[in-house]
Amino acid sequence: MTARSQSRPVLPETLPAPQRTGRGGRRYGWWPWAFVLPNLIGLLVFYIWPILWTAYLSFTKTGAFGGQTWIGGANYSTLIADENVWTALVNTVIYTVIVLLGVPIAIALASLINRPGLRFASFYRVLFFMPYIAMPTAVGLVWRMIYSGDFGILNWLLSLVHIKGQYWTSTPGFAIVAVGVVGLWSSLGFSIIILSAGLKNIPIDYYEAAQLDGADRWKQFISITVPLLTPSIFFVSIISVIGGFQLFDLLYVIMGQANPALNQSQSLVYIFYNQGFIRNDRGYAAAIAMLILVVIGAVTWLQFRGQKKWVNYV
Amino acid sequence: MKKLTLFVPLAMVAALGLTSCGSGGDKAASPSEVATADTVASITYAVWDEKQRPALEKNIADFNKTYPKIKVTVDLTPWAQYWTKLQTQGSSNTLPDVFWMNGPNFQLYASNGQLEPLTSSIAAKKIDPANYPKALIDMYAFNNVQYGVPKDFDTIALWYNKAILAQAGVAVPTDKWTWEDFKTAAKTVSDKLHAKGIYGVADEMNGQIGAYNTILQAGGNVISADGKKSGYDNPKTIEGLKFWADLVASGSSPTPKQLSDTPANVWFTSNKSAFFWGGSWSTADFSTAKNTKSLDVVALPRGTRQATVIHGLANVVSAKGKNKAAAIAFATYLGSKEAQLTQAKTGTVIPAYNGTQDAFVASVPHFNLQVFLDGAKDYSFPLPISKNTAAWNQIELDLLPQAFSGQRPVAEVAAELATKMNEALAKE
Repeated sequence: MTARSQSRPVLPETLPAPQRTGRGGRRYGWWPWAFVLPNLIGLLVFYIWPILWTAYLSFTKTGAFGGQTWIGGANYSTLIADENVWTALVNTVIYTVIVLLGVPIAIALASLINRPGLRFASFYRVLFFMPYIAMPTAVGLVWRMIYSGDFGILNWLLSLVHIKGQYWTSTPGFAIVAVGVVGLWSSLGFSIIILSAGLKNIPIDYYEAAQLDGADRWKQFISITVPLLTPSIFFVSIISVIGGFQLFDLLYVIMGQANPALNQSQSLVYIFYNQGFIRNDRGYAAAIAMLILVVIGAVTWLQFRGQKKWVNYV
Repeated sequence: MKKLTLFVPLAMVAALGLTSCGSGGDKAASPSEVATADTVASITYAVWDEKQRPALEKNIADFNKTYPKIKVTVDLTPWAQYWTKLQTQGSSNTLPDVFWMNGPNFQLYASNGQLEPLTSSIAAKKIDPANYPKALIDMYAFNNVQYGVPKDFDTIALWYNKAILAQAGVAVPTDKWTWEDFKTAAKTVSDKLHAKGIYGVADEMNGQIGAYNTILQAGGNVISADGKKSGYDNPKTIEGLKFWADLVASGSSPTPKQLSDTPANVWFTSNKSAFFWGGSWSTADFSTAKNTKSLDVVALPRGTRQATVIHGLANVVSAKGKNKAAAIAFATYLGSKEAQLTQAKTGTVIPAYNGTQDAFVASVPHFNLQVFLDGAKDYSFPLPISKNTAAWNQIELDLLPQAFSGQRPVAEVAAELATKMNEALAKE
């Protein structure tokens, strides 16, 4: 906070202000478009067009091989009445909240790793980043073994301290939390890297000044590190929430197909996949996809609204 | 940054749009000519099993002796992506010329006009349906038109572990065993070897290698003969489901939770269960298991009647291909005795052509593999399918574990399953 007034770069008054014509940017002609065109085409073909098409599909009955019949809002009324969708929404929110718990953990770990003079710092960085590079399927398979009720290492460790383990991934209620813990673990690496970059941007002078003023490490962390890190924390939170709402592959791999808890533990994308690719009801799947889009859009918008209250851009 | 974060969620939605972009497409009406030795064409053959590739390459080489100018390219896609890819290709009229088809998916493709009838080859006596098990010929006919020529088949039998049975003092099963014999034996093993964590039976319980068999043995049905109505409200079907719930309740089997954490075949190959209801395709797996010398196989125990599910793959031809004559010639060759004998020699699957299966039986001498052929011949029933099989298979997977685990009464779950399955069937 104290840094605010100092760090704003002072623009030299002599810098020529960009000349504006009546309508902004006109004088550049078509050139700028030529430069953005390659990207723009990709965006239109692979993002915008499919989204519009999906929006259209959500109002149709679509067979396994295409062929649409317009049925108005029927898919949406099915959606509202479908209790599986609401269970899935609740599960997805639970998962996302668990993954978000990883953000404070990542802040703590990132500032520990970035302590000046720490030995093996890059080794730790690699160690924490590894789960993020690993394929979710591979991560899921390994955790499935760890969680195994009869032969898993987790229950073996618990048995050493005389705690009776659970069938973590096949008991309703436990399952989504078990998947959430894996999600948290595997997203830590990404958060730590982003936050480390943020930490490197904090000038060391502040800490020296704070030390002269008699602030201990904890005080420095709370009053300097966290406030100046808020832009990175904000970014990591946004990404974590979006990632959380897209939960699919981890759940799919960890829970398997014939799982007694599966019915109560599905995520939104899971039921989207089920309807679209297993049950071949593409129209209904499109409606679920639109719901996911709206939910993620709304949550992200809320976060951007909220950032004014707590994010410090220096 | 704002833009970036907004596009991330959109990307996911985009995935659906991409895969369903295809327009319905109009059927290319071309009179199918017959391929000759001079036919020049290039066709693709889509399959999912890497292990069968050597046999396929040999088949293609032999096919080229008659049709030297037809180039066949094998397009191998792993099982996990096979059907998604095929459906995307079907939506954009770019299906491979010849491809593997299974029972649950067949009617979906046939009813949507994606497959080319093989009637010309049957009329020309190049394919004789009498050479294949009738259940398979029927499985690949839709509205009385034959679309697929059977490639291989599988049936279900009772795998058992002699060493564990001896430890528990239980006699090895015979093909005369009834449900009661089986239940008693499984319970005895569980009771005697409980301390070692050994169970009587471990099974997937669901579907083809589990309840479908007991449902048939009890005289019930999964789906009505016309494929329009669920059989789960039939009291005999419910008997077939109770069989598994009873095994769990009596402690003869691990619970569905345990089986979800550790798959049934792993219990069996780790000497943790005495019995395993499994398909003929488990042969390769069990012949290389560490405890293979303790294992053998026998006919399933009988309920009110003897029964096993039979299923098999077929080769089918795309209706939208550019070289249909060449594709039909190739699919026809793959159904021939010569081609299926080539397939038999690799021992990975049981070829469908009657009389070519001896190589399979001989492939693992210490297993009584003949039982799979006897089952196919004498007491097999086709795998239950409909136009959109996957829809109600999913409902079974969702609901049945609740019945097997004892979480809810079997009859109650069966009633809910029947209702939901009928809803799904009504949409077909």
